[in-house]
Amino acid sequence: MKYEAVIGLEIHCELKTKTKIFCGCATEFGAAQNTHVCPVCLGMPGVLPTINRRVVEFGIKAGLATNCAINQYSKFDRKNYYYPDLPKNWQTSQYDLPIAEHGWVDIEVEGEKKRIRLTRIHMEEDAGKLVHSGTTIKDSTSSNVDYNRTGVPLLEIVSEPDMRSAAEARAYMEKIKAIMEYIDVSSCRMEEGNLRADINVSLRPVGSEELGTRTEMKNINSFKSLEEAINYEIERQTEVLEDGGHIIQETRTFDPVRGVTLSMRSKENAHDYRYMPEPDLPPIVTAPETIEKYRRELPELPDARRERLEKECGLSAYDAGVITASRAMAEYFDKVTATGAEAKLAANWIMSDLAKNLNAEGITIEKSPVGAERLGQMILLIMKNTISGKIAKTVFQEMWTNPASPEQIVNDKGLVQITDTGAIEKIVDEVIANNPKAVADFQGGNKKAIGALVGQVMKASKGKANPQMVNKLIAEKLG
Amino acid sequence: MKVSKEILANVAGLSRLAIAEEETTRYQEDLTKFLAYVETLNEVATENTPPTTYALPMENVFREDDVRPSLDREAALLNAPLKEDGYFKVPKVLED
Repeated sequence: MKYEAVIGLEIHCELKTKTKIFCGCATEFGAAQNTHVCPVCLGMPGVLPTINRRVVEFGIKAGLATNCAINQYSKFDRKNYYYPDLPKNWQTSQYDLPIAEHGWVDIEVEGEKKRIRLTRIHMEEDAGKLVHSGTTIKDSTSSNVDYNRTGVPLLEIVSEPDMRSAAEARAYMEKIKAIMEYIDVSSCRMEEGNLRADINVSLRPVGSEELGTRTEMKNINSFKSLEEAINYEIERQTEVLEDGGHIIQETRTFDPVRGVTLSMRSKENAHDYRYMPEPDLPPIVTAPETIEKYRRELPELPDARRERLEKECGLSAYDAGVITASRAMAEYFDKVTATGAEAKLAANWIMSDLAKNLNAEGITIEKSPVGAERLGQMILLIMKNTISGKIAKTVFQEMWTNPASPEQIVNDKGLVQITDTGAIEKIVDEVIANNPKAVADFQGGNKKAIGALVGQVMKASKGKANPQMVNKLIAEKLG
Repeated sequence: MKVSKEILANVAGLSRLAIAEEETTRYQEDLTKFLAYVETLNEVATENTPPTTYALPMENVFREDDVRPSLDREAALLNAPLKEDGYFKVPKVLED
């Protein structure tokens, strides 16, 4: 039997507020353990939490940016469970009246467009961090708890089970990340865990409308792990079903080192969270005018920006997709083209040499030693024929460690392109004299032989001869 | 609704309470009586009343996103029964 995968994601997105959701403790990452805590986030008796206004604003904006309906009447609820990462023994979350519902985003995988529906977006508090004494929770005799993260605001973005492959799930998560970056509600740094996903995967026979039994993988915090966990789980479930077994509904953990998912619980008790309305937090009532005000404040979103780059700048769909996948890269691109640099050249340089250098050093585009303006100036030098595209690679590498302007570097290093016909002609004559075989090949009808001659001239000029002129001169002389 | 022995055990488990065997009958009877009493509410006609989610006439109580001082770590840990290196220390975590 042929199976199809049914995948849904719950994405947790940590919000970019200065303070926690219900108290004034700082949210800053990396502080010493238990130094960003107070009676409210420690859940001490008698305290009164108060909602951070920004969290509501961010929740509404996230809903609007993902085509959700905003609930004008929204409230918080208590989700009860016992685990020491929650000092109160409940997580303050939202149950039946989340801030936003019924949205969608469009994704594209291998040229195929697809709409992924969002069930809901709700606001909640993050939990603390446990440090186990052993290597895993199972072999630890005790655990140490840091409550700094307790109460950091989160949006939980829940999708419908609309994805059918790991590639679609990745494209969906990339789209959510891009949107949250564009609307500036989260820094979306996956390595710091401020964007992470719980994945639900089930299989069903192709053509069936019924959902199979699903398994859940929690806290996946990289795109690579997301794809690997899904692919492994599809393979594992296929094997179980083909052997005549059945899938147990369970939570599994993904081990990124071995690339496998492992059962976390042998028996799955259906959790009884006993949700109840939070009596300490009055409801959130948002007037339609306020919602419209937030809608007007939304910036250009990734899909619109991508369309603009295709239509106005003539970029290919692929290039426009790569450039707009991150807000920082899209802004960098806009700044490069603002110098007058040609869009296509700008996209090529950003996606090749710049991206390669950034990856190699593990730095973000915001921290690039070659800023957008300097890259623009360098591209202008190519457009003015001051340097060739090939020499530009040398200039770019020099710019990486040298803060001088590209003009300065080109002058200092003597990299100006030779466009003087006399100078080029001299080299061409020498090359023709020294390469009788290539000359004979060319004159004998092998037009490709000109490549070898051009290469020799470029080499002799240390890459500085204008390649178009070299081509033209050789063709004239041998023609 | 009669509170069965199983329901009692489940509720006690969720509340982290240990109930002695000889007390189960008494708690079952008490809880059954509580529920019967609360069921009186079902006699009120509520067809045209929207559900109440919050009891007080209040809404939109917000604070600005301004940082306020946190507790000193020593103060935060003062009442912790167990602590270690600035952490709250908890015994082995067992899953249900």
